[in-house]
Amino acid sequence: MTAGRTTAGPGALDWTNPLRDPRDKRLPRIAGPCGLVIFGVTGDLSRKKLMPAIYDLANRGLLPPGFALVGFARRDWGSEDFGKVVYEAVRAHARTPFRQDVWDKLAEGFRFVQGTFDDDDAFDRLSHTVRDLDRVRGTGGNHAFYLSIPPAAFPVVCKQLARSGLSAQDGEQWRRVVIEKPFGHDLKSAIELNEIVNEVFPEDSVFRIDHYLGKETVQNVLALRFANQLYEPIWNSHYVDHVQITMAEDIGLGGRAGYYDGIGAARDVIQNHLLQLLAFTAMEEPVSFSSDELRAEKIKVLNATRLVSPLTETTARGQYTGGWQGGELVRGLTEEEGYDPDSRTETFAAITVEVDNRRWAGVPFYLRTGKRLGRRVTEIAVIFKRAPHLPFDATMTEELGQNALVVRVQPDEGVTMRFGSKVPGSQMEVRDVTMDFGYGTAFTEASPEAYERLILDVLLGEPSLFPVNQEVERSWEILDPVIDAWTAADDGPDPYAAGSWGPESSNRMMARTGRTWRRP
Amino acid sequence: MIVDLPSSTTSAVNRKLVELRESGGVMALGRVLTLVMVTDDGGDAEDAIEAANAASREHPCRVIVVARGARKAAPRLDAQIRVGGDAGASEVIVLRGYGPLASEEAGAGMVVPLLLPDAPVVAWWPGEAPAVPSDDPIGRLAQRRITDALSSRNPNKAFEQRRAGHVAGDTDLTWTRLTHWRALLATALDNPPHEAVTGAVVAGETVSPSTDLLAGWLAVRLDVKVKRSPAIDNGGGMSSVQLTRRSGAIELFRPDGRTATLRQPGQPDRMIPLNRRGVPDCLAEELRRLDPDEIYAEALAGIGRISRGRTPVNLVP
Repeated sequence: MTAGRTTAGPGALDWTNPLRDPRDKRLPRIAGPCGLVIFGVTGDLSRKKLMPAIYDLANRGLLPPGFALVGFARRDWGSEDFGKVVYEAVRAHARTPFRQDVWDKLAEGFRFVQGTFDDDDAFDRLSHTVRDLDRVRGTGGNHAFYLSIPPAAFPVVCKQLARSGLSAQDGEQWRRVVIEKPFGHDLKSAIELNEIVNEVFPEDSVFRIDHYLGKETVQNVLALRFANQLYEPIWNSHYVDHVQITMAEDIGLGGRAGYYDGIGAARDVIQNHLLQLLAFTAMEEPVSFSSDELRAEKIKVLNATRLVSPLTETTARGQYTGGWQGGELVRGLTEEEGYDPDSRTETFAAITVEVDNRRWAGVPFYLRTGKRLGRRVTEIAVIFKRAPHLPFDATMTEELGQNALVVRVQPDEGVTMRFGSKVPGSQMEVRDVTMDFGYGTAFTEASPEAYERLILDVLLGEPSLFPVNQEVERSWEILDPVIDAWTAADDGPDPYAAGSWGPESSNRMMARTGRTWRRP
Repeated sequence: MIVDLPSSTTSAVNRKLVELRESGGVMALGRVLTLVMVTDDGGDAEDAIEAANAASREHPCRVIVVARGARKAAPRLDAQIRVGGDAGASEVIVLRGYGPLASEEAGAGMVVPLLLPDAPVVAWWPGEAPAVPSDDPIGRLAQRRITDALSSRNPNKAFEQRRAGHVAGDTDLTWTRLTHWRALLATALDNPPHEAVTGAVVAGETVSPSTDLLAGWLAVRLDVKVKRSPAIDNGGGMSSVQLTRRSGAIELFRPDGRTATLRQPGQPDRMIPLNRRGVPDCLAEELRRLDPDEIYAEALAGIGRISRGRTPVNLVP
């Protein structure tokens, strides 16, 4: 996805940099002069992911000289206090080793602006700080605004950015905005949110972070499919029986009541992560890996994606109950602090969709996600049909299952292939075995964190890995009928024991067509 | 775990490798390449093995160390297998050949049975390298041949040999050490104003093949006159680059060998850490690409086009 390198601004189009050459693969992409402003800098995401990612980028030499990081929050901090917080976050969570000289140079570009979102004065100070950075650090008027804040605050922050002139781009300078999920909670709210953001920032300046797309393994789905001769011929309904996409967490939802209660697993995960993974798995080959072509194919496949009816049988939802999970006594959702004791919020959701095109007609895609499941795992499993004829006695292949190709997105990133093999011995007996490719064993340590890749792409203005509003809105269109049906139903989510693989209804949903969930 | 196999043969080594895998499962099969290191038997070999182990964290590989022992000795092969914690993410096989087994031909003969099937072979000479690496018996086995002129006793002479004997697939760590410099310069030109560069001056230590190479690269890429000058009081190696443009010069200089300053007209000075790179770091970069590096070949050829300046470039801003 590095093709079509872009540099900022108009006029850059007819300029070829004589020092660059597509054959020169050593040269990394370093961002041009720029700065990053983080709103909600005191939050968890900012400390655990963003700050360490910025340091890691600096350590790898991928940030421009003179890079600036501005924090904006309510806390009464000075720039030094802010520096200390970043320091602690970096020491605790950075991926690459700590180097004092890298840190010192990076820390010179830290600024902190104290204020609330409705405070005109604070945004004027921020505007002043940003202009000052252009003068002192040479950030060149290029700034990205990372909104690590609840979506309810987007309108006021966007308005403030427009009012204080911070969002105004002129000439070759750029201003970009980065937003995190949730991108709304249904189609209507997503459209509203997009309108609010697009009023201030044109769509090509909006970067929606879906951190799954920054993961090496997800990008590897494209490499696996389109760089190899081996898989593409069988990647269709002739050979594929069905596809299971799973994102499971073993943790519960304590402490997230404010966000999660009333939202639920389907909105939280299926709408964005799982449908994006589906798009990567099912899309046609893009003409090139430029962001426009890639998005065109993703949108095409999402447009062809439909729910399978009847929803009462093809979807399942659950809510975890308390009990012993992995040696630990855990509470059920309704007993967790902050949740309505009668909460009907689902913590497990599974849906069935089909992709109505020639390649996939008749192949169900099962998507499931949940909290407090058996273990933390995200994977895409493509399950193949059985061989049409087995020249063996039935007893020889009793233990032979269906061939499968599993892309392990996290943890233990890699690809597993499952196929039958002869059991050693004098008898012909075939049993399932697995063949394994592990990122960790083939390219250890080289994989950057998803946020490193995504932040760098924002600064470079490289949009391939960010969903556009059309994708977001289409994903809601797919999911909304499920949510509506669940809301309309009399019964709530089915209970399931913490540490299990979800409610019985999700197994029934598979059994309906004679299939079973894979244990990931 | 370290397993010593004194007075051994390569088939015994192979048997032992299989045995270790079956009994302990200590060796994963995800090796992506075979790295053959050629050194003289001694302390330097250990440093090089350590660098290879560090690089193996990014590129799990089988490392075969051909450590040439005394030539005036009875023929003997002492082998050693290191796996697990003693070998990073790789498996290391040390082959110490004595007498006739210390020759280049015999070294290659010992390496062949231990190469991983189908995986690329990279040869690396951490110290002295043959005059023409691609003609060396071990060099001929490899797709990629890595040398390091700087670690040779006479860097300028070694570098001259590299230039004269270059074929596709050769690289030298003098080139790898320049990647950050080149990236910073290329990024500086990415940004407006997009003007043509009309001339360049590159300064560094008098004996610094990397500095020559950067000048050669600029001469080819920019197609302008490039002057290579000595620098006074620098922190070693490369010290400064100046690219002349109509609106003023882009300057990138590193007076202390640690922190670089980027100076552009109408903009504040920008500082960035730019340490001299260590061998493990360079090796890891080398192993990332296994195809021939055409840009390096062009840069080598470009050295013939640079002019030499005598006046040292003063780095005091």
